[in-house]
Amino acid sequence: MKTFVYIDHFKGDVQPAAWEALGLAKSFGSAIALVFGAGADDVAKTALEYGADEVLVADDSALTDYRAETYASTLTALASSLSPNLILFPTTTRTREFAAMSALDLNSNVITDATGIEVNGDSVVVTRPIYEGKLFEKVTCSGTPQFITIRGRAFPKPNREEGKSGTITKVEAKTDAISTVEGYSVAAVGVSLNDAGVIVSGGRGVSNNPSLRPPAGLDDKQAEIWRAQQGFTLIGDLASTLGGAVGASRAAVDAGYIPYSNQVGQTGKVVAPDLYIACGISGAIQHLAGIRSAKMVVAINKDADAPIFKQARYGVVGDLFVIVPALNAVFKKKLGK
Amino acid sequence: MKIIACIKQVPDSEAKVRAEGGQVNWGDAPLVINPFDEYAVEGALQQREAVSGSTVTALCIGPESAREALKHALAMGADDAVLVSDPALNELDTVGAAHVLAAAIQKLGADIVVFGRQTLDTGSGLTAAQTARVLGWPMLGLVGQIKIEERSVSVERVIEEGRQSVKANLPAVISVVQSIGEPRYPSFMGIRKASKATIPVWALSDLGINAPAAVIKRSELLNPPARETTIDIITGDSPEAIAETLVEKILAEKVL
Repeated sequence: MKTFVYIDHFKGDVQPAAWEALGLAKSFGSAIALVFGAGADDVAKTALEYGADEVLVADDSALTDYRAETYASTLTALASSLSPNLILFPTTTRTREFAAMSALDLNSNVITDATGIEVNGDSVVVTRPIYEGKLFEKVTCSGTPQFITIRGRAFPKPNREEGKSGTITKVEAKTDAISTVEGYSVAAVGVSLNDAGVIVSGGRGVSNNPSLRPPAGLDDKQAEIWRAQQGFTLIGDLASTLGGAVGASRAAVDAGYIPYSNQVGQTGKVVAPDLYIACGISGAIQHLAGIRSAKMVVAINKDADAPIFKQARYGVVGDLFVIVPALNAVFKKKLGK
Repeated sequence: MKIIACIKQVPDSEAKVRAEGGQVNWGDAPLVINPFDEYAVEGALQQREAVSGSTVTALCIGPESAREALKHALAMGADDAVLVSDPALNELDTVGAAHVLAAAIQKLGADIVVFGRQTLDTGSGLTAAQTARVLGWPMLGLVGQIKIEERSVSVERVIEEGRQSVKANLPAVISVVQSIGEPRYPSFMGIRKASKATIPVWALSDLGINAPAAVIKRSELLNPPARETTIDIITGDSPEAIAETLVEKILAEKVL
């Protein structure tokens, strides 16, 4: 099996699931890493250290900024001339889009969000979650090459062998841009929910602390949001002790406590951390579907009947404003932080 | 300016969805407009308000019952709606849908086509980009802000690392994310108008294309593995004691 692995990066910062895709490709046979855009040389070297047999680099200035059309056309040209059986990608905002276009160019299609892949000779069967993770389907792609984007943390990360060298070949970029990138505002994003080993999440309950006295002059809604922010500060502190990310239920997002980008489940992100700590989250069906792949769920809720406890390994019936800081203190002590 | 909002009908997200006999069963839960596509309709309506003389057409591929999703778009304020429905479209993957939508968009004529980021059912999030590719129009994906000037459009794309500002000439295809703004509720007048609206139904022969063959095929449908959860409720004399016990148990399972 000859596999291309697209190493997705932003100005040289690689999406971790790209290495997981590379490890997966190696388990099927030969893995050729593709790196597009500026900052490509360092990324290409790292790809060799993660086990790529060869790296193809398209670092033309036309690819400095991601645009779907140029990335898709560059990939289409490479795939046409080198005929891989399979092209793997980490699932990101970029790869979903330009893989979609390149697959269309080549009369194939993309299987997104793969959580399992079985390879038997030329046959590739992919398992992926559908209906927000409420079901799974096994699918096949009859086109060639087969395009598959993998979900973060679904496959093991390969070991990195520092200093390992290999062949890096420059390839031609396509420059058929039909849009202009005018700039970026890059946010300090911290650990992303997709790649987080630990997620500490808050729900509607984070505003439920009547003992907190909001500053004067806030109306009821502002006071509620202020309370919720105090709650999310505690959650953020625990997340940072554990090197994790902060999540939220839809109820907390809808109430304006925290941005949509933190939402887990229903129209938010489906996550797969090792540890998921749900604080003040009752556990709507969509939220539970979104955390189904978490290895361990810990729930902290005042309401002993909250559905979240049905999916939890450990539970504390209690006030998150008391339990979360206590947990943080104990974790700090035990983890030596 | 002619704006098209592409929508799909899906089972309500509250539904308990199960695999039964190889089919997806969502019980008696209603079919609704895909929640992400409500943002597409909202984004389209915002641009109609921003550029005078504009119209919004809602476009959907689906069975007859998908009229209800289009009626929701009409009730939100879309000017008209078109349903593409054909028995030959039962097995459609995203590339197939893109070819069908592109043909319908060409027939309608458009300056901007707006999609939601993905659907709640199979959720590939591929169709917008593939439709743009068939049309040969710029793809501006995952947009949180749209500004139209003369014959060009400037957008802010929401990406993993923050925001990317991009400009392109019209016509263009856009997919929107939640930061475009909360979808408006259907007004009383809107609901009345929607209930009286006649929605034309186009078959593939009206679009002059053949049924596209699906490249991606489902071989099996699975319920998620049952979770073996024997919950252990941690109690203690004080929050500190509870925290000690809980942390010990978590660390003992070596998930960290």
